[in-house]
Amino acid sequence: MTIETKLTPGTNAATGHPSPRRRPLPPLPHVFLDWFQSKGWAPRDHQLELLQRSLDGQSNLLIAPTGAGKTLAGFLPALIDLYQRPKWKPGQPHRGVHTLYISPLKALAVDIKRNLETPVEEMHLPVEVETRTGDTPSHRRQRQKLNPPDILLTTPEQLALLIANKDADRFFSDLRYVIFDELHSLVTSKRGHLLSLGLARLRSLRPQMQSIGLSATVANPVDLQRWLVGQNVGDARVDHAAGLITVEGGAKPQISILDTAERLPWSGHSARHAVGEIYQTIKSARTAILFVNTRSQAEFLFQNLWRINEDNLPIALHHGSLDVGQRRKVEAAMARNALRAVVATSTLDLGIDWGDVDLVLHIGAPKGASRLAQRIGRANHRMDEPSRAVLVPANRFEVMECKAALDANYLGHQDTPPMRPGALDVLCQHILGMAVAGPFREDDLFEEVVSAAPYCELDWDTFKRCLHFVATGGYALKTYERYAKIKRVENSDSAVGEWRLTHPRIAQQYRLNAGTIYEAPAMTVRLLRFVKRDGKGIAATRGGRSLGKLEEYFLEQMVYGDTFMFAGQIVRFEGIRENEAIVTPTVSKDPMVPIYAGSKFPLTTYLAEHIRAMMADPESWHELPLQVSQWLTIQTRKSVMPKVDQLLVETFPRGDKFYLVVYSFEGRLAHQSLGMLLTKRLERARARPTGFVATDYCICVWGLDDMGALLQAGKLSLAVLFDEDMLGDDLEVWMEDSFMLKRTFRQCALIAGLIEKNHPGKEKSGRQVTVSTDLVYDVLREHEPDHILLQATREDAATGLLDIHRLGDLLARIKGQIIHKNLKEVSPLAVPIMLEIGRETVVGEANETLLAEAAENLISEAMTV
Amino acid sequence: MSDSPTPYRWSLKARQKSKRVLGESKTLTLDDNLFMAQLQIQLPVPDLFAAASYRGTCIHAVNGEELVTDCSGIVYWPTHQMVLVADLHLEKGASLARRGQLLPPYDTMTTLRRLKHSLDKWHPKSVIALGDSFHDVEASRRLPAQARDSLNEMMRGRQWVWITGNHDPEPPENLGGEVFDELRIDRLILRHEPQRDGDAGELAGHLHPKARLMRRGRSVRRSCFAASTTRMILPSFGAYTGGLNVFDPAFDGLFDARNFHALMRGDEQVYRIAAADLS
Repeated sequence: MTIETKLTPGTNAATGHPSPRRRPLPPLPHVFLDWFQSKGWAPRDHQLELLQRSLDGQSNLLIAPTGAGKTLAGFLPALIDLYQRPKWKPGQPHRGVHTLYISPLKALAVDIKRNLETPVEEMHLPVEVETRTGDTPSHRRQRQKLNPPDILLTTPEQLALLIANKDADRFFSDLRYVIFDELHSLVTSKRGHLLSLGLARLRSLRPQMQSIGLSATVANPVDLQRWLVGQNVGDARVDHAAGLITVEGGAKPQISILDTAERLPWSGHSARHAVGEIYQTIKSARTAILFVNTRSQAEFLFQNLWRINEDNLPIALHHGSLDVGQRRKVEAAMARNALRAVVATSTLDLGIDWGDVDLVLHIGAPKGASRLAQRIGRANHRMDEPSRAVLVPANRFEVMECKAALDANYLGHQDTPPMRPGALDVLCQHILGMAVAGPFREDDLFEEVVSAAPYCELDWDTFKRCLHFVATGGYALKTYERYAKIKRVENSDSAVGEWRLTHPRIAQQYRLNAGTIYEAPAMTVRLLRFVKRDGKGIAATRGGRSLGKLEEYFLEQMVYGDTFMFAGQIVRFEGIRENEAIVTPTVSKDPMVPIYAGSKFPLTTYLAEHIRAMMADPESWHELPLQVSQWLTIQTRKSVMPKVDQLLVETFPRGDKFYLVVYSFEGRLAHQSLGMLLTKRLERARARPTGFVATDYCICVWGLDDMGALLQAGKLSLAVLFDEDMLGDDLEVWMEDSFMLKRTFRQCALIAGLIEKNHPGKEKSGRQVTVSTDLVYDVLREHEPDHILLQATREDAATGLLDIHRLGDLLARIKGQIIHKNLKEVSPLAVPIMLEIGRETVVGEANETLLAEAAENLISEAMTV
Repeated sequence: MSDSPTPYRWSLKARQKSKRVLGESKTLTLDDNLFMAQLQIQLPVPDLFAAASYRGTCIHAVNGEELVTDCSGIVYWPTHQMVLVADLHLEKGASLARRGQLLPPYDTMTTLRRLKHSLDKWHPKSVIALGDSFHDVEASRRLPAQARDSLNEMMRGRQWVWITGNHDPEPPENLGGEVFDELRIDRLILRHEPQRDGDAGELAGHLHPKARLMRRGRSVRRSCFAASTTRMILPSFGAYTGGLNVFDPAFDGLFDARNFHALMRGDEQVYRIAAADLS
């Protein structure tokens, strides 16, 4: 069923080159041809190819770089079909949605509507295009339900709500195409799992419906091809996958690594040393996007650029915490080409066209080759011109990472994250949604669910357990039968009963809690000119400007008078009033509280491999900046450089402690897990470890005993320490108590519908009603360790926060390959992580110790026996 | 040990079940001596500090009465060999299940098992539950047989007092125990909801206090006893009960600015932290 076509932009009709064709491509209706001609364009081969295959009734995946006319390709079959179908006559029932477009971002849906309206208006096509997002007013949603538009642009969350409706069948009665934009960014998350189940439902409603996936380049296109069509149906010998059309990238991007004249920092991620050089680079371009990895880096860089901005270049800031209004202003200014530079986080990674960007600066580690490629693609939307990019590593390890990513980029290697099996908490949510849509038979629903690619290997037993979880919580104790959300009602005319909602209230509850995105609770940050205080705190004051939102846990740790960077300025924390954090401007130049968390991606396996290879090959060091190659050379003299397959472990004393550093290059998440397990094992071996810190590149454990001496005396064995059995009982024991598991459980409990989301305005009021998920977790673990939700939590944590798979791969790889170097003092390679101690959070440090330190227990200790 | 009543002066507000009308807060004063005879209060333990049970506890005086705070979340009052516990919220799981949140149905048994563990440790002559012992008015009727048995067993041979709370304004059904809106014993007054302008010596629950300590960029949150020299608010004991930071406006007016302590519950120990060190 799979048809593969590779097209290069060189064979583009627009550029006039001849193209080898396998078969004649479909003629366009003259209205369309005229329109293309009026624009001075010609339809591109991939657009026509996709059209022909769609006419043949096939579902397809189109992989193309930005600027290749991907969106138009996706909509062309729909627009032509709509143009050719008979006119709707008054008196006929309203027609259902013809084409559904789903994008990961609300803003993208809105942007596409704008772009689509141009051809529709210019060709006078009889097509209604509308959006439906969380921002759509309820009267419009209501109207859309009664009289659906021809093309509906929406998000995955809205699709979940649309299908969980009694009228879904009517609403989608004329559904012909479903278009998924930026599919690569959707499929790997729980959001993608829910979306795949929604697609399975659409297929059940309209078996003739076709799907069209639009994606950037990915490592395994076949995963996406399978995702787009039904699995476990029909002939088992046939590979069920959508067709593939690949458009090769345009001109190779020109990428360079900033070769700084300044001293390269050993650690940190701020690139403070290179701010001057970054500024000069901005001046050389028309418009630049400066990508960073976290929001705090964005704030930091923005501040520092403005400090030296002698030419008053218009430089803006864009990240997810900023006030929406401010973000829109920046976006509008970008579109008008009124900016010279914008400092941005991943909020600008996707799709939307931001004017004439001709340079991308990537500050800090790229973390993944595909991610970097996508970001670089943001420069220049004309694909036959090369994009220009400059990578700015912030420390020495990042230099190697940038180099590796740069090689990968030239080689076109992809390291997008692998697909994971569908999450069970998502399935639970979907089952309830389907009951909201109407009564169902369990075997019918099962068949539908396993037709979704992420769930194709789900077994009947697990499905039943999810079903029972939705109905009564799925507990061994049957106390909740009378509170069941859904019940199986036996039908006289069929052998199998139907599951039905027990109460309409459940449907309402579902609608309020649907979705898979749950962010940490955030507070609005409001800037006031000055603040009046009374005895208790801030006196009631009005007005002020909202700067954006920050996580509660960050704000809660502040005390009055603390200064921090936010929304491009340094502000002073005044206090919290009615769920808002109040800040005032300050003249202070150095914020006291520098860091707030943002998304951090771990280093990909692919880049890690490259870095290991680079380090093991001194021949390649001349390609690195002198400071870095010297650093590596000194390492070979003072210690040793591990070969590609080897794992280097160094031990050395410093101050009153002994250190053990492991250079494993497996990314921060896997390293944190490894660090936890290592310290547990060292404890058991009585090596008295007292803490550890993990980075993307290595782990450092310290303690009171000389671990190096213990290893040399044979009292401690690295082979035993790093044995794979670490992932057995030790992991089990640790995971059970891990705060990360509790955090994951909370997510799962919210998604699966065990507990309800806090709704704005409702939170805090019902403190007696709020439930501590930590305590629920403890109780459940104690009584039903095999409960479906705990299973979901463990699976989730193993692939997510703990990265157990990667840790497993590491342990298998290094078996018999561990080399130990006992040193008298710190090695060059160890310096970066040594500098992180005290800066990075030390994971797992005993909370009790902190309490004990702060406690005034002396008196009571003296008094107790 | 003597069976004779203690020489302490008691005053109390008790309530007769039959006269209770929902929403009305009628109080009756019973004869002090009669009540004391019912309580059969024992004399204080002779040697306050001899028992191993005191390990890991914190002793805190409220209005001059020395109280022992235990990391399980209860208060032991040695003078009267009395255990005080707040906010059991029994049957909270089932109560939420009725409204569509199907939490694991094991909270009641977990709470009761933890309570039994505390009672086995302290062997109190009397137990006073400071209100919200049942999550809703029907909870005591709904109590599973196993939970009822366990509760009866704990109550056997002890004086047991249910102080009413906002969740359980009605006395529990068929469970026994005395029921009061509030109770004065020596220099202390026991009630569910703390009162801002009340007398000194208040022991209450209701607010589910928890405290947060920041050190070296890390934070620890624990449920706690919030305590000054004139008042103590007990942590909630129930298995599913969330907490409220002691700096939440709900605590306004109860403690003198930052001049109080959070006795934070560790795994095996209570940590006494000055409010000024909390955030």
